[in-house]
Amino acid sequence: MTTVLILAVLVLVAIAIWQMTKIFELSQLKAETSQIANDSDNKTNGYLLFAFLIFIYGITIFSFWKYSKFLLPEAASGHGEDYDYLMLISFVIIFIVQTLTQALLHYFGYKYRGEEGKKALFYADNDRLEFIWTIIPVIVLAGLILWGLYTWTTIMDVNDEDDPIVVELYAQQFNWTARYAGEDNVLGDANVRMIDINKANILGLDESDSYAADDIVVKELHLPVGRKVNFKMRSQDVLHSAYMPHFRAQMNCVPGMITEFSFTPIYTTSEMRQNADVRDKVKRTNEIRAERAANGEENSDPWQFDYILLCNKICGKSHYNMQMKIIVETQEEYDSWLAEQGTFAETVLKQDSSETAMNMQ
Amino acid sequence: MSVTAHAHVDDHAHDDHGHHHKETFVTKYIFSQDHKMIAKQYFITGVLIMGFLGIAMSLLFRMQLAWPGESFAIFEAVLGKWAPEGVMDADIYLALVTIHGTLMVFFVLTQGLSGTFSNLLIPLQIGARDMASGFMNMLSFWMFFVSCVVMVASLFIEAGPAAAGWTIYPPLSALPMAQPGSGLGMTLWLVSMAIFIASSLLGSLNYVVTVINLRTKGMSMTRLPLTIWAFFVTAIIGIISFPVLLSAALLLIMDRSFGTSFFLSDIFIQGEVLHYQGGSPVLFEHLFWFLGHPEVYIVLLPALGITSEIMSTNARKPIFGYRAMIASILAIAFLSTIVWGHHMFISGMNPFLGSVFTFTTLLIAIPSAVKAFNYITTLWKGNLQLNPAMLFSIGLVSTFITGGLTGIILGDSTLDINVHDTYFVVAHFHLVMGISALYGMFAGVYHWFPKMFEGKMMNKNLGYVHFWVTAICAYGVFFPMHFVGMAGVPRRYYQNTAFPMFDELTDVQVLMTVFALIAGLAQLVFVYNFISSVFYGKVGPQNPWKSNTLEWTTGTKHIHGNWEGAIPEVHRWAYDYSKVDENGEYIIPGQDFVPQTVPLQKDEEELQH
Repeated sequence: MTTVLILAVLVLVAIAIWQMTKIFELSQLKAETSQIANDSDNKTNGYLLFAFLIFIYGITIFSFWKYSKFLLPEAASGHGEDYDYLMLISFVIIFIVQTLTQALLHYFGYKYRGEEGKKALFYADNDRLEFIWTIIPVIVLAGLILWGLYTWTTIMDVNDEDDPIVVELYAQQFNWTARYAGEDNVLGDANVRMIDINKANILGLDESDSYAADDIVVKELHLPVGRKVNFKMRSQDVLHSAYMPHFRAQMNCVPGMITEFSFTPIYTTSEMRQNADVRDKVKRTNEIRAERAANGEENSDPWQFDYILLCNKICGKSHYNMQMKIIVETQEEYDSWLAEQGTFAETVLKQDSSETAMNMQ
Repeated sequence: MSVTAHAHVDDHAHDDHGHHHKETFVTKYIFSQDHKMIAKQYFITGVLIMGFLGIAMSLLFRMQLAWPGESFAIFEAVLGKWAPEGVMDADIYLALVTIHGTLMVFFVLTQGLSGTFSNLLIPLQIGARDMASGFMNMLSFWMFFVSCVVMVASLFIEAGPAAAGWTIYPPLSALPMAQPGSGLGMTLWLVSMAIFIASSLLGSLNYVVTVINLRTKGMSMTRLPLTIWAFFVTAIIGIISFPVLLSAALLLIMDRSFGTSFFLSDIFIQGEVLHYQGGSPVLFEHLFWFLGHPEVYIVLLPALGITSEIMSTNARKPIFGYRAMIASILAIAFLSTIVWGHHMFISGMNPFLGSVFTFTTLLIAIPSAVKAFNYITTLWKGNLQLNPAMLFSIGLVSTFITGGLTGIILGDSTLDINVHDTYFVVAHFHLVMGISALYGMFAGVYHWFPKMFEGKMMNKNLGYVHFWVTAICAYGVFFPMHFVGMAGVPRRYYQNTAFPMFDELTDVQVLMTVFALIAGLAQLVFVYNFISSVFYGKVGPQNPWKSNTLEWTTGTKHIHGNWEGAIPEVHRWAYDYSKVDENGEYIIPGQDFVPQTVPLQKDEEELQH
């Protein structure tokens, strides 16, 4: 059905293009054969330039009206607020410049459309004008640069102040694993050369490293609200990127090195679910999903908002489905969840010693 | 017109050579050393054929994005086993994205654009009989042709073409077990690009030498048309940065085939540890973007140069701020080589380095802003001849501004964090370099078609339709795309169905795809117009746009050597449009332009340059 519709649209467009050519031809006064723009071409296209300016404004307004509700909700991390504010200011500046320059460009195109015998102004240079439009961007950009760099340095300063919890994000084709540093809050050494699939040591932890024993390996990321998290990223095969859009956080995972990012979640998942924008979004999405369910299509289960970790660096066939759920909860909930998870010692090493015991028997 | 055509100089007569010997079909049309023929060869191979493939691929994956998992007969027909029962496979989706990027950036907009217009215009506009080395020029084209053949051949191999994205970051591109496209497909990609780089270097060296050495008498650097300045500087950036890509490609070939570890370390894939140790993918990113970022300007500067020339001619006004335009080109060229790190803010490199690159990146906005304002002022109080070429030039300034402004977001390391590698980036660079450069190229074709095809003109009405449909669709595709990116949708996702948070964006995807399909159709109008004009186009006047530059002083008929008699001498810059004397009369009565070959009149001042 869709195919038929598309074909119909394409055929109609083709006809429209042919008709437009005819209109352009007919709008020429005399049956002349010259392919150089004459006064009537200039007039038509001058007006069209003006119309195009309105189109640009129109599509801008339309997009904001229809699509701004799609944008990410309020930032859920400590630095996210600064990020969003800087983004807002940058956008305001951009839109002022965009509105003015497009207006000038297209209005001049319309206003000064050519006419036979009209004289253009020989105006080749004006140092003062050029100085003005060099210095204004310089000042504005200097401001943005300084502000941006200040924020950047703050965000990227991964340190041990404020008692952060240390979490490793481990990427592989095509899933994520998280490792908590455990009681000692120090991650045990790890390298892909120590991966032992048979023993389920999938992250290649150093079994002889005492820091590794209390590490906790999980497939779902839980974070306590209000506590700083220092992420250490690793990848075992190709480049991945740990993208947590709701937290305004992203860092590539690079095989052979450990990368870092740090943020403090400020809203729990359940608080975020109460956020007005998020509630609207969930409602809209579930309407779409209900419609799908009615049509018997896939992806029709009702959705509940969750923070999410996506892969944002092309990594192969299932790149589009490499994700991990993030749950931000209260410290108590987090503690009790963590207590339920087995440590490396309890899962892998124990299995190891029982195997040894079996061998000895 | 009295003074126009008689500015011949006798002492140039001795190099009046080359157009007497007999030419066979092979030397004239195939292994031609004539820059005009080579320009056409570049256009047909680079733009028409590779451009067709590149755009067609984008339409295919746009359809997949709008209607994920839907079966289309066209998929099955074109993709064969890669679209079982008409449903596009995820691997071929990535391959299409990769090859689309490669074809458009390198083949269409680098060699297609520069190859066509640098070859056509450099000798004609500086007053030279041909390129400094016609043989090297021919060699450059044929290497380009071979690299095209290799790249197209890679589409037909068993495991499919390269699919690691046009940036081919290792380890994905280095390990055949990571994805099927990283096997023979990637090898062919690298071979093709190595040949391409050699071709590009041969071409660029030739352009630089020609501009420096073969300018006609009186053609000082400050009298050069801005097109030539743009081509000249573009060639220099190419010479500086392409060798670095070659080294990256060579090291990657070593890693892939000879077991070295330049870019690879600590890899465990498909149940086994690989031997690689000590390399870093970040090193590859540095090398790649050391070319990759200048590449953006290699694509864009020629388009801006073409626009400068066309806008001035059709506005019947000198380009505003000629020297500022040159300074901007030089500043952009210089800065373009020290901003590459803004592609790598979150690659894991030291954040301090990120600060430095933010600084240099935002600096580049300054010369860009100067250029945009100068274009707008050039229109002010003009007598605008709205030919298709002029419309495309105005369109270029429009998309250059729209796309350039979002660069302020992406160039800021802080703001880049959350939009990096999302559709926001895709929207940004398609507008600022893809669409803008394509507009510049189309403007050039409409404007210089008479020079390419012996005076024949393209149909202007088809040109208008082509422009307006394209202009509306380009914004229709890429404006809403910013919002998709701001919603957090990553690029290079085969489908967005795995994330319920992207469900409601499906309608936007459909809208963008419909605009893209219509835009694709509009390009067929151009192809039809081009081909029919080549064969049936009506011959127009010798100087149809009443332009000042030297190419319009050559005869309509092509001869090897360009000028029938002596090479003309130049007496003024290229932008004396609507220049008046103190009585307010045109310098040449009844004519609003003064070609470069016209000597300064009595009491006339040589202004502004």
